[in-house]
Amino acid sequence: MKRMLAILGVGLVVGGCSEPGPRNTGVYLLLDTSGTYTAQLDKAEQIINYTLTRLDGEDSFAVARIDTGSFSERDIVAKVTFDDRPSAANGQKRAFSETIHSFLGGVQPASNTDITGGMLQAVEFLNEKDSGRKTIFLFSDLEEDLQEGYVRDIPIPLDGFEVVALNVTKLTSDNIDPREYLDRLEMWRARVEGEGGTWRVINDLDRLERLL
Amino acid sequence: MNLSNLLSVTPYPALSAAIWLGLLVALLYLARSSGHKLILVFCRTLHDAMAHTADALTRTEAQLAARNREVLLAAGREAKERIIEREFDRVAASVEKDLGAYPRFQRELSESIVRIEEDYQKTVDVPPEPPGWVKAVDAVAKIDARNNNLVGDILADIHKSLVKAHEHAMDEYRGASRKRHELLRGMMPLWRSIQHNLTHVNKNVESLLDRSRSIDRHMQEYEEMARGTDRALQVLSSSSLVQFFISAFVLLVAVGGAAINFSLIARPMAEMVGGTSFIGGFQTADIAALVIILVEISMGLFLMESLRITRLFPVIGALADKLRVRMIWITFTILLFLASVEAGLAYMREILMQDELATSALLRGGDVIENDFAWITTAAQMGMGFTLPFALVFVAIPLETFVHSLRTIVGLLGIGALRLMGLFLRALGGTFQLAGSVLIRLYDMIVFLPLWAELTFSKRGDSNTDIYPEVR
Repeated sequence: MKRMLAILGVGLVVGGCSEPGPRNTGVYLLLDTSGTYTAQLDKAEQIINYTLTRLDGEDSFAVARIDTGSFSERDIVAKVTFDDRPSAANGQKRAFSETIHSFLGGVQPASNTDITGGMLQAVEFLNEKDSGRKTIFLFSDLEEDLQEGYVRDIPIPLDGFEVVALNVTKLTSDNIDPREYLDRLEMWRARVEGEGGTWRVINDLDRLERLL
Repeated sequence: MNLSNLLSVTPYPALSAAIWLGLLVALLYLARSSGHKLILVFCRTLHDAMAHTADALTRTEAQLAARNREVLLAAGREAKERIIEREFDRVAASVEKDLGAYPRFQRELSESIVRIEEDYQKTVDVPPEPPGWVKAVDAVAKIDARNNNLVGDILADIHKSLVKAHEHAMDEYRGASRKRHELLRGMMPLWRSIQHNLTHVNKNVESLLDRSRSIDRHMQEYEEMARGTDRALQVLSSSSLVQFFISAFVLLVAVGGAAINFSLIARPMAEMVGGTSFIGGFQTADIAALVIILVEISMGLFLMESLRITRLFPVIGALADKLRVRMIWITFTILLFLASVEAGLAYMREILMQDELATSALLRGGDVIENDFAWITTAAQMGMGFTLPFALVFVAIPLETFVHSLRTIVGLLGIGALRLMGLFLRALGGTFQLAGSVLIRLYDMIVFLPLWAELTFSKRGDSNTDIYPEVR
């Protein structure tokens, strides 16, 4: 009722105003497929499916894996921009979920972990989509392990991006010295915020409503 | 020049302050007469301005009241004209329908009466004629039959013939009576028909008399309105207030219906116009749904206008009957089409919800719960989607009443507001006038010392010194 009246009143007044910016959301989920982390991938499916339920028409969603060299389109497992018709968007969501399910069933562990490359790829993808809200989910233990020769000491243009680290597990060494874990989190926070992005960590996957 | 500078004219600030105060008092004392006049003129100007504004407001209030009275009486006259017009229409219809059948009634009555008369004539009881030979028989009967066998035989034969004739006469008489009874029985339906026809005629005449009494009453009220009597005005004012609140309540109910209608079609509308496009910050689907509802209401208004139930658009009411009937069909067809669209959208809404629930269940890893009674919800939604547009058609009636009564209400509120403003301004003007006297006395309080000295000295010479010549 209120919405109807608001539309009636305000809609007529501001109908001729300038076109507002994009309202859609772009989400890029980076899946860490390094050796130690593949055991956590079943949780990733839960997150992806939850994310799918929260996205609407014209939103974009891509899932990519983090492996030895992640700055590549080949690492994108599935990507979709939802149709603005709800019925078509529902069909796309089901198809996307099936693709992810089959991928996670046969994923091979990677020897190295190129998180920076994956984030650069995410930034490139989301900028191309010109989303109003740009979010990068980082499903990883945040332990970057680059192969020799890969240059990743470069700035990531994260201005206007929201980076959410999910399920940041503790490594065996973290248990010995927790400072390593805290330092790792702090390093990524400083790096993301230093580039103009916002940083969040969600480890409690039972409370995914804070995700989007 | 600030305060510290002022206080530094002497080495002692207190002394400086005293000097300045003395100078100020001396200045005020010297300018006392002019100061008083200035204060008085200023306050009187304000008072006059307030009084003039209040007068202007009172005049405006009177004009508005007159205008409101005219509007109210005109609206009342128009409403009464409509009622009288409709009463006459009903009388005309009644006369055409019932009195038009009077020749037939009369013919039927005449035929029935003629038939009854004929039957009555037929039922006249004709006494059987006495046989002519009764006297002869009587004479023969007096002969002594014991001494004459011949006479006895004759008498026996006569007796036999008499009995036979009697039986024959009785048979004839019974037959005639039966026939008469049958004729009388046959008259019963004719009597009933006459009674029925007369009752019908009586009812019609009574109905016409009732209508004529009603027309008389309305005419009297109309005449009162035409004369513009206070009683008519009071009746119209209270009636207008009641109509305003009732129509506002019905309109609120209609807005609720429109809101339900909106929620039924807004979601599936996204399938047609997309769920992510926006116009002025609102979803295009929502705006499209709202537009459909508004178009339905507009069509309802036009339909009611074309049917001459409401009179919001005189142009439509003044159209030729043929064109008006066409308009009725066109608006009804558009409404029917929109109602069908809404029913379809309501069905689509249910399908979309089921699809969304199934997708959510799949993504959350749960099972889709099959609901065997979902068809009831779907049917109810479709029914509502189809019915509500037609229900919204009737919004035109309370809307017309609301608009008409709103004129009176706004007028009454305006009169009230103007009266309040006038009162306030008069009170304010009075306050300014009073403030003038108060300020003069405050002024004199500041210069009380030289004033006291003046009074003291002047009392020695003249005891009738007036210290407030300006105030009088």
